[in-house]
Amino acid sequence: MSHAWYLLRLFISDFNKQRKKIGLTVMAIAWGTVSIILLLSFGEGLKRQLVAGTAGMGKGIVVVWGGQTKKAFKGLPPGRRIRLKPEDIELVKHRIPSLEDAGGEYQRWGVAISHGKKVISRHLTGVTPSYEELRHHYPQQGGRFINQTDLDLKRRVAFIGSAIAKELFGEEEAVGKIMMINNIPFTVIGVMIEKNQMGMYSGPDEEKVVIPLTTFGMMLGDTILDVFIYKPAKMEDSERVKREILRVLGGKYKFDPEDEAALWMWDTIETTKEMRAITLGVQIFLGVIGGLTLLVAGVGVANIMYVTVRRRTKEIGIKMAMGAKARYILVEFIIEALLIGVLGGFFGFLLAGVMVRGIGILIDSISQMVSEDVAEAIAFLGKPVISVDIAVITALILLTIGFWAGFFPSRKAAKINPAESLRYE
Amino acid sequence: MSIISMSNLYKTYNTGKVKVEALKSIDIEIEQNQFVAIVGPSGSGKSTLMNIIGCLDTPTSGNYLLDGEKVGRFKPNRLAEIRNWKIGFVFQNFNLLPYATAYENIELPMIFNGLSYKKRKKRVMELLERVGLADRAAHKPTELSGGEMQRIAIARALANNPSILLADEPTGNLDSVAGGSIIEIFRELHRDGATIVIITHDRAIADNVPSTIKLKDGVIVDSLN
Repeated sequence: MSHAWYLLRLFISDFNKQRKKIGLTVMAIAWGTVSIILLLSFGEGLKRQLVAGTAGMGKGIVVVWGGQTKKAFKGLPPGRRIRLKPEDIELVKHRIPSLEDAGGEYQRWGVAISHGKKVISRHLTGVTPSYEELRHHYPQQGGRFINQTDLDLKRRVAFIGSAIAKELFGEEEAVGKIMMINNIPFTVIGVMIEKNQMGMYSGPDEEKVVIPLTTFGMMLGDTILDVFIYKPAKMEDSERVKREILRVLGGKYKFDPEDEAALWMWDTIETTKEMRAITLGVQIFLGVIGGLTLLVAGVGVANIMYVTVRRRTKEIGIKMAMGAKARYILVEFIIEALLIGVLGGFFGFLLAGVMVRGIGILIDSISQMVSEDVAEAIAFLGKPVISVDIAVITALILLTIGFWAGFFPSRKAAKINPAESLRYE
Repeated sequence: MSIISMSNLYKTYNTGKVKVEALKSIDIEIEQNQFVAIVGPSGSGKSTLMNIIGCLDTPTSGNYLLDGEKVGRFKPNRLAEIRNWKIGFVFQNFNLLPYATAYENIELPMIFNGLSYKKRKKRVMELLERVGLADRAAHKPTELSGGEMQRIAIARALANNPSILLADEPTGNLDSVAGGSIIEIFRELHRDGATIVIITHDRAIADNVPSTIKLKDGVIVDSLN
């Protein structure tokens, strides 16, 4: 008889003798596993939702506003305003090779937008073509974003947010239509995809009307960028790239690169990192709660193993008389406890998988039934997601608890005095 | 050289306030191929003596040499090895593992000895043949008669070619016919060179065994060679 087969038979014969108790414990383990996985996968869903939400504004970008110097520099007094210009975009791209891209925009609030008889007042921006990638201004199918030619020819073309499209055109197709901006006709060339945007400045992108930077400048006379954006090629380079940006722009506008007030910088990479840390904290917290549930089940396993050890006292004595070392007895009982854990874990994983999928489907169908506000709130919570990490962590917790639940009873078994246990009936 | 050599051996159980001296000043010499019966009324210390001979327990003081090794002070793991290699146990109530087949029960000591599957199989078949139960290999203990169970237990005791065969009331749970056939197997094994120590209070068996050691109140009162 091979060892594995022998141990499995032991377990089965044991199982038959305390079927109800082991059955309940397996269920407890399964439930503990389900709660860990569910809690962790809700955490994972929330994390992905948050990451996706922060990425709605763009991924790994730094948003820069012009500021006012606080330090004197090269004979110049503090308190000078620093204003960035469109040509600075080309300047930094040229001078800093570790930059993936850069862009900028002009802004104006309360611009009259109309189509037919519908007139609304909205935020207008003039941007560079790099905004498509930098700021995730992706067009819906059938449309396009502003390109270099639009910029070069100062075309009167507009790219509009999805909310604007709905307001002005309703269910109609917006692309190709003419709309009026400040009573000047513009052709709609694209509608932005609906995105889940949490990070934002000057309002959500879905409420904005976007036209070429040059067209904006010609129409409204702006020459100073309201916002300047750049993106390092590698996220881990962000600190170094930031210093280079300050050095290049500081060189041009004559401010101290150490002057924190000269430029206002919003580093979304930092925000993303903080967000990751927060969601990791949430996940650890949820995991600990799930782990406690599993710990209770582990106590059940230990209890069963203590009963098993007592019931098999005589058998342990026989084996010891035949020359079994303490080690052998120890391993045997630990493996048995682990088997209970693995069995419960297996059912737990199965159940959790079904539940996560079911909850996903449920969330989808509920979102279609309820009003838009509620649907948005549900969408914010995210759907539970089982990742490989979650599976591995749960399996490790299971094995650890199974091992320790088996270890203490097994140690008791291994310490049994063979002479006494043979007398045991 | 003696297989078992005990001199001035004591075993004291310390149960709280009361000290019970189960064995007092025991001197025993058992030679290779001796067939010895240990007899005595219950409470005389027979079981304690058997536990110490079988390395299931250790003496409180005195010397115990098994095959020339001073086993009295060995640690539990070392004692397990000694039991595995040198002692073959036969119990009154057989002590077979109920969920394992006859084959697997005989195989057990060889698994603890780390023998390969092939070697184990060869040896188990040999032993089943020897006790006349080759056709019962796949039977569980519950499917065997008392006499058959005890023969399987003897086969198991012989698995690792032990130095001594230690039997504790081997016929106690058997009718006279089955008991007689078990004693016959012991005789055959003795004829083939085995060293056997049998504990019994059955006069009929004790009278037919060449040597007897009589115990009373933890002391040897009579030793017949």
